[in-house]
Amino acid sequence: MSEAVVERVAAATPGPPRLEWQVATVVSVQQETPRARTLVLDVPQWPGHRAGQHVDVRLVAEDGYQAQRSYSIASAPAERTVALTVERLDDGEVSPYLCGVLQPADGVEVRGPIGGYFVWEVAQGGPLLLVAGGSGIVPLMAMLRHHARADVSARAAVPVRLLYSARTLDDVIYRAELEKLADPPQVEVVLTLTRDAPPAWSGYRRRVDRAMLEAVSWPSSAAPHVYVCGPTSLVESVATLLVDLGHEASRVRTERFGPTA
Amino acid sequence: MADQPFIARGFHSRRAAAPPGRLPPGQYETRDFPVLSAGPTPRTPLESWDFTIRGADGGQSSVRWSWDELQALPRETPTVDIHCVTKWSKFDTRWEGVSVDTLLDAALTAGVADGAFVLAFCDGGYTTNLPRADVTGGKAWVAFGYDGAPLAPEHGGPARLLVPHLYFWKSAKWVRGLQLLPSDEPGFWEQLGYHDRGDPWREQRYQGDP
Amino acid sequence: MQTEELRLDGNAAGGVLRQVFAEDVTAALATCAGCGTSGLVGSLLEYGHGMGIVLRCPKCDSAVLRIARARGRLHVDLSGVRLLTIPERVSLA
Ligand SMILES: Cc1cc2nc3c(=O)[nH]c(=O)nc-3n(C[C@H](O)[C@H](O)[C@H](O)COP(=O)(O)OP(=O)(O)OC[C@H]3O[C@@H](n4cnc5c(N)ncnc54)[C@H](O)[C@@H]3O)c2cc1C
Repeated sequence: MSEAVVERVAAATPGPPRLEWQVATVVSVQQETPRARTLVLDVPQWPGHRAGQHVDVRLVAEDGYQAQRSYSIASAPAERTVALTVERLDDGEVSPYLCGVLQPADGVEVRGPIGGYFVWEVAQGGPLLLVAGGSGIVPLMAMLRHHARADVSARAAVPVRLLYSARTLDDVIYRAELEKLADPPQVEVVLTLTRDAPPAWSGYRRRVDRAMLEAVSWPSSAAPHVYVCGPTSLVESVATLLVDLGHEASRVRTERFGPTA
Repeated sequence: MADQPFIARGFHSRRAAAPPGRLPPGQYETRDFPVLSAGPTPRTPLESWDFTIRGADGGQSSVRWSWDELQALPRETPTVDIHCVTKWSKFDTRWEGVSVDTLLDAALTAGVADGAFVLAFCDGGYTTNLPRADVTGGKAWVAFGYDGAPLAPEHGGPARLLVPHLYFWKSAKWVRGLQLLPSDEPGFWEQLGYHDRGDPWREQRYQGDP
Repeated sequence: MQTEELRLDGNAAGGVLRQVFAEDVTAALATCAGCGTSGLVGSLLEYGHGMGIVLRCPKCDSAVLRIARARGRLHVDLSGVRLLTIPERVSLA
């Protein structure tokens, strides 16, 4: 390919040349769990996104006070609206606003999509191992939704396993959708409940540990693409264990959410 | 930035009402003690910890105190308000430490070359610059106790600088010494546009603020 | 609250990095001037708060990139990065 052609193709890439703040409109809200809510946003100049990317949200009060946080995109790249799922931290500053105050038809300032590191596309192939803690499921859900929309042969070529750690069964975000994905098993979903499990619960009921990862993940020889997301402490312990189990550090991608537990 | 921020309906800053005259401009009161850090928490064992004052002769002259030697110096227990440039202030924080006067007097008596400015240096590579006059005269301490207990690592323990009349980034965590300097040299945040002095009552946040 | 619990991936800084660079650099390769290790900018460790952000080398903890916003200016310290290798944005379409 000649240089001129490369330039023309690059110039034709969609998306604004700079990342600007925009006022998105809340189209709808949906309570996912007692503590988590999905906001569906209409972003006027949305260039499309890749599974795993996030947006920055900025809140400005009347007296000029500002708060800014990042939120992963839950919706599949093919969708025209942008869905965020926010878990409410009671002593937090921004999440109670997004989970409570913000209503349909309200505006909210966002910029994005952001990040080219924690992204996955079907074309990258598999196997794909996803490990989530709490709201860390959100960008992984975008990957699962992207996978579910791929054509049958592409999908079949990429086996997917999700290990998802939540406090209780009620805290499992997207539970119905995950159950559907897991049956028929295009995706293997393994839950572990760290606080409270129903009496009949036969799954894991502890924090993610080495034995659990060894049981759930493919051996390092299968060279899975691994994405780990959630509270910083969980992400760091899981990533360290995976590297100890022989997975190449560069194949283990992480997205730390901070102290969200 | 040139863009006009959009006001978020129903979003309010958490400004608690504070007694008049106690909050510097633009600040709000917090009851928490937020952890702000530009790096991981260093963990230097007390046996190998020391505090050094280096002279303005490029550090050729210097004095150092081991942890035990520092502990043996006269202590003070200031109760002060602290003001972070990120806009929170916390009232009546109780500290324990050694006055910088005590340390500087000892250093100068020992022949350490004096200078008009200091650069505090820390484990983890953090630095911050201050006029010498702001760390003398009973205004600054090397603090190792907070609220009746040893200073926690996330708040700068084993020891941090405490200069409460300036924005709190000047109160360097994990401090290991002071470099006296003949002229001002910007520290970690000052290199990135923050003020060389940082007086919260004059809102000296950024370079160029009066 | 340990400071390690507050850290994020460099990927989280993608928004402000996109203000600085014409391309998304979270997928760019940065070589640490401190120890010579190369890694994706998105995999550096971000320590950020209201004053600014510091992206550190996960191997040696050196500050690779530092960014602060002050009085309508972004101050960007690149002295900790020896080399930045940025993939060109070439569309697959
Ligand atoms: C790339 C990225 C993507 C993310 N995606 C999502 C997502 O999809 N969904 C989601 O719910 N969250 C997500 N997060 C987390 C999100 O950005 C916020 O951190 C979260 O919503 C909490 O914000 P808050 O303002 O409510 O809480 P904060 O006010 O920030 O407080 C959070 C908690 O940490 C403590 N804390 C915070 N800062 C300090 C400090 N300096 N010192 C001491 N304690 C402190 C608080 O006490 C509180 O318990 C993401 C984060 C990143 C970086």
